[in-house]
Amino acid sequence: MVELAEMTPTVTAAPPALKAESKNVSFFYGAFQALKKVNVNIADKKVTALIGPSGCGKTTFLRCFNRMHDLYPGNRYQGEILLHPEGVNIIGPEVDPIEVRMRINMVFQKANPFPKSIYENVAYGLRIRETNSRSVLDGKVEQALRHAALWDEVKDRLQNLAFALSGGQQQRLCIARALATDPEIVLFDEPTSALDPIATARIEELIGELKKSVTILIVTHNMQQAARVSDYTGFMYLGELVEFDVTGKIFTNPSNKLTEDYVTGRFG
Amino acid sequence: MTSTTDIKAIIRRHRTRDAAFAVLGMVCLLVCIATLMALLVDLAIDGVGRLSPGFLTSFPSRFPGKAGILSAWVGTILVMLVTALAAVPLGVAAGIYLEEYARKNWLTTIIEINIANLAGVPSIVYGLMALGLFVYQFHLGQSILTAGLTLALLILPIVIIATRESIRAIPGSIREAAYALGATKWQAIKHHVLPYSTGGILTGVIIGLSRAIGESAPLITIGALTFIAFLPPAPVQRTFPFVNFDWLASPFTVMPIQLFNWVSRPQQAFHLNAAAAGLVLMAMTLAMNGIAIYVRYHSRKRIKW
Amino acid sequence: MTTATAPLIRRPPTATRFARRPAGRIKRLRERLIETLLFLAAASSIAITAGIVGILFFESLAFFKQVSLVDFLTDRQWTPLFDDAHYGILPLLSGTLVTAGVALAFALPVGTVTAIYLSEYAPHKVREVVKPFLELLSAVPTVVFGYFALLFVTPLLQRIIPGLPGFNMLSAGLVMGVMIIPYVSSISEDAMKAVPMHIREASYAVGATRFQTSVRVIVPSAMSGISSAYVLGFSRAIGETMVVAIAAGMQPNFTWNPTEPAATITAYIVQVALGDLPHGTIGYQTIFAAGLTLMLMTLAFNIAGYFLRKRYREIY
Repeated sequence: MVELAEMTPTVTAAPPALKAESKNVSFFYGAFQALKKVNVNIADKKVTALIGPSGCGKTTFLRCFNRMHDLYPGNRYQGEILLHPEGVNIIGPEVDPIEVRMRINMVFQKANPFPKSIYENVAYGLRIRETNSRSVLDGKVEQALRHAALWDEVKDRLQNLAFALSGGQQQRLCIARALATDPEIVLFDEPTSALDPIATARIEELIGELKKSVTILIVTHNMQQAARVSDYTGFMYLGELVEFDVTGKIFTNPSNKLTEDYVTGRFG
Repeated sequence: MTSTTDIKAIIRRHRTRDAAFAVLGMVCLLVCIATLMALLVDLAIDGVGRLSPGFLTSFPSRFPGKAGILSAWVGTILVMLVTALAAVPLGVAAGIYLEEYARKNWLTTIIEINIANLAGVPSIVYGLMALGLFVYQFHLGQSILTAGLTLALLILPIVIIATRESIRAIPGSIREAAYALGATKWQAIKHHVLPYSTGGILTGVIIGLSRAIGESAPLITIGALTFIAFLPPAPVQRTFPFVNFDWLASPFTVMPIQLFNWVSRPQQAFHLNAAAAGLVLMAMTLAMNGIAIYVRYHSRKRIKW
Repeated sequence: MTTATAPLIRRPPTATRFARRPAGRIKRLRERLIETLLFLAAASSIAITAGIVGILFFESLAFFKQVSLVDFLTDRQWTPLFDDAHYGILPLLSGTLVTAGVALAFALPVGTVTAIYLSEYAPHKVREVVKPFLELLSAVPTVVFGYFALLFVTPLLQRIIPGLPGFNMLSAGLVMGVMIIPYVSSISEDAMKAVPMHIREASYAVGATRFQTSVRVIVPSAMSGISSAYVLGFSRAIGETMVVAIAAGMQPNFTWNPTEPAATITAYIVQVALGDLPHGTIGYQTIFAAGLTLMLMTLAFNIAGYFLRKRYREIY
């Protein structure tokens, strides 16, 4: 369905490097096949969005990238997701999911801070990596919180419980937590679906900033959001990738009829 | 920043700890299960030789070979009868009130905290209370009635908590459906809430009774005798009014007290009797727990919200 | 346009309204009666507490009219039934605390590890198989545990520790510990299971192992429930009667050495109750003073647990 060879982006002069590529990725929840041979190329330091109606498999696909499916029994991957520059297949059974998660972090649909202080939430990933020096942690926590545009709001109350923050702040805290360990890719699973429009706008703005330093893969059911934040967009339907292209093209001149119907709101 | 090889070393270390903890967890579980097995096997080896029809139909005796548990198991059944008759109506009613009627005020809060605390009161303290109150204030004597009521109070928190939990599991929409048809509160409870939560309540009651059946401390405290070579008067009789409540006032012994009595004696032959009584008591407890698991399983299967 | 003379919807002539039937009044009365009865049932739990507290205080008061509180708390001997009567609670207290200490030193770590294992590690099938065994362990009557302690564990320990007396607090404490494990593990496990999955996922998503997630996230998040489990374990350990009465002996002995025999508060109560003490004598009153001490210890721990829980209350 998708001509991978033709995927030369026209937005920039020099084409971006390839960060990850999925090759014929299928996924099974027990006997149910949720993904059918999905092929997507993820460009380095760009935002790639996945859209599609609910149940189309976009979140399932996203969660393959840091092996979240390994947490539950009965799940099975097929195909390859190659992480570049090494070209290691991160869904291969010989690859340690923990190593994958150390390089690819995730922000969830609903903000899920730990019942700990703001500081400890951000420091968690570093502590997991046995970074315990106070000065290193202090620096990293501040950097991550600044990165997540939360520093000015919380710098005076780092020891307060994370639950004291508003919903939008909690989600930015979760973003800071994911950024603190310098991941190569950050996965966003509908990060604004539980937020009000103002908090949503801040997160979208933040994603635009983040792509300067990190590769982003975002799942959203909000087409406008995909159009606003992403460089590339893939449209998924019934576990298949229907179309993948530069975002502008998907929303203005999709080559597939199904994509056109979806982005123009005729179904979904 | 940490290099890839460092990361690999860290992950390896964490994996080792993770695996070590998994082994530790399994060891802990095995310790529990092995102890349970050792207990059952030890009891069986010691006691199985004494198990015979005669053991079940004989009174205790000075001669270990002739002694049996007739008065003990009859006493246990009668005491459990009183316990169930007292604890179930009281506990279920209290549970219904707290879940369906109680308004959020200080009185309800006190009752709730109180029930939670009662569940943590040592059983022997219930015995002291029964000794002071039932035996000497109400003059009920060291009787089956006193024993049954004491154990009823002991398991009351279990019954109340089980009732509340199973009532809480019923969705509010069921009540609203009843109200929408014009039912009163009590009608909604009687026709819907109670029938749908029977399984859960019954499970709680059986679990409570299986705890009561093994309790001896409170009964010893109220002064239950350990040597009873007679049966209480029969609850049914041939002549009018066909039922007889004299048994309530009868002295008694129960299985765990009989067991305690035998295990406390120095002669080894009595220890074998104790093991045999322990086997019978375990069988009773197991049977009740088995019934509870069966009821829970079936009531869950029958109704799915 | 509609005009005033031709309304869109015609108002019907007024008919019967809701009747105030006498049946309705009886119904309401019955509802009130039922509610009152149910309330009385719920309030009866307060009567039970009042009964417990009242009896313990009343009988203890009579006791403390004859024995000074200072003697009770400082005398190192407890021989109320001897001619040379001493009423020092310390020997019973030491027996209670040593047996409970042995039990908890065993039950709390094992129970917690078991809970973590069952909640975070064990595959569904293992859990299904193992949990009935744990439930069974908690259903074993305490006299049977006493039998097991005296006639199985003590002989076993005597091989390891030569010279261990037939009655000793170590064996009783260990068996009591096994008895308490299911309580500790099941309440702790419930608390850990109640931690929402998305909190767990957040930890795994940054690369944590199960062990790190359990220790750094799940246990702290479930601390409130775990502390209730510990408080319940403590209450059980100091209130347990039959295991210690059978296996630890009934001689009051002021010692902190678990390999010695000693009586606990509960064992003393059983010992007195087994005899024939006339109502109203000081010997009879001692068991209430002992019971009150036990009750106050339980209460103190429950209050401590309450504040602990308040500190660690679940916030997710």
